[in-house]
Amino acid sequence: MKEVDRRRFMKIAGSSLGIGVLYSAMPSARAKGEAGAFFGELGKKNGEAVTPFTFLQLSDAHVGFDGPPDPLGTKAFERAVEMVNALPQRPDLVLFTGDLTHDTEDKDTHANRMRRFLEISKRMNVPLVKYVPGEHDAGLDAGQMYREFLGESYYSFDHRGVHFIALDNVSRAKPEVGPDQLAWLKKDLARFDKSAPIIVFTHRPLFDLKPEWEWFTSDGDDVMNVLAPYQNVTVLYGHIHRDDEHAVDHVHHYAARSLIFAFPDPEKTAAKKPFPFDKDAPFKNLGIRLVHENFAGKPLVNTVSVQDVELTTREFMGINGINQILRNPSL
Amino acid sequence: MRPKALKIILSALLMITLLGIIITHQVSAEAPRVIEITAKRFAFTPNQITLKKGEPVILRLKSEDVTHGFFMRKLKIDETIEPGKTLDVAVTPDTAGTYTTICDHFCGVNHGSMNMTISVVE
Ligand SMILES: [Cu+2]
Repeated sequence: MKEVDRRRFMKIAGSSLGIGVLYSAMPSARAKGEAGAFFGELGKKNGEAVTPFTFLQLSDAHVGFDGPPDPLGTKAFERAVEMVNALPQRPDLVLFTGDLTHDTEDKDTHANRMRRFLEISKRMNVPLVKYVPGEHDAGLDAGQMYREFLGESYYSFDHRGVHFIALDNVSRAKPEVGPDQLAWLKKDLARFDKSAPIIVFTHRPLFDLKPEWEWFTSDGDDVMNVLAPYQNVTVLYGHIHRDDEHAVDHVHHYAARSLIFAFPDPEKTAAKKPFPFDKDAPFKNLGIRLVHENFAGKPLVNTVSVQDVELTTREFMGINGINQILRNPSL
Repeated sequence: MRPKALKIILSALLMITLLGIIITHQVSAEAPRVIEITAKRFAFTPNQITLKKGEPVILRLKSEDVTHGFFMRKLKIDETIEPGKTLDVAVTPDTAGTYTTICDHFCGVNHGSMNMTISVVE
């Protein structure tokens, strides 16, 4: 497939919908026939066949934060959980890309925020939930408390033939993954064919999105160089509290919205200041993301499509908005 | 000691002192301007400085508490400021503009809002 063609596979819904982000991994109608053989082949290599699936990305809940610009605290997060549970099709898994909690220098309070986060997160009726830390989770103690609750901060796993890699770019003082993790990444990737579908999820962007706002990873180029030989790589991240899509060579980077407050477009604003709270639309610009992996088995083809869904209110619960998702043709 | 010898020694001393003053003065006239910047959780003081395009300056960085970062990609500044040390950073900006410079070494709960502005004028 040519460069131009793969753009057509990118289906990013407008920002008018509702909650977070859903991704899906399935062969598109057009690619199904050709893809079949490839899925089988890849299944032999990964020990698991690639089959279509949809998953979710949630990000930046900042449990414990309740000041301006979001006096509602965990309400948006809880609403997101409601909306996830109301999805017509249960997603395979949820990736949570950091800033689960908001930081505080009182360790007990921070641990309580983590417990509260998990309590809400576990209400999700989803078989698998995976996490990476954000700097608000891990900055103060180099990730120690995070690891006590959730285990290693970087790791990988395979799901239906797709290789998922969790990267931690927040546990060191600088915004970086560091040499140990880079070495681990090289080793982790070694067993994969260059055409294997790979989804990386992390907190900060792995490219220079807006260094002046600390929207970058200082050794992000090193990470991307390790990933460069792989032809089907997608990066999902959070941190910037707004949805964003960015392509570098054949790799697509997607940022998810937050569940607490939103930042404006850095190209149109001088100061890093969140949007103020709007009591008539308390969840404006907050959301979840549906992700579809439309894996076609072709090199250099971006087969992941994302759909950002804005949170709806309806007294913070119910199924309002889900019908909108159902009506969306890109799902 | 005879008064004449004393006179010679004194005038020699005076000459050396004067020469010293002249030399020191010349050196400082050519040396770049030094601007002191102090980092303390979660602010830089001053939080705005103005430089002239093409003018070499020394930014003299200090921390009053913990380790901080001092980072501005476009000015090629990427420093770590450790407490108890003074760090001189030579900068000659070549493009006018407003440069938000951040602490990029995690320093606590409001680390994310620790920044200052370097304005570069023509
Ligand atoms: Cu700092």
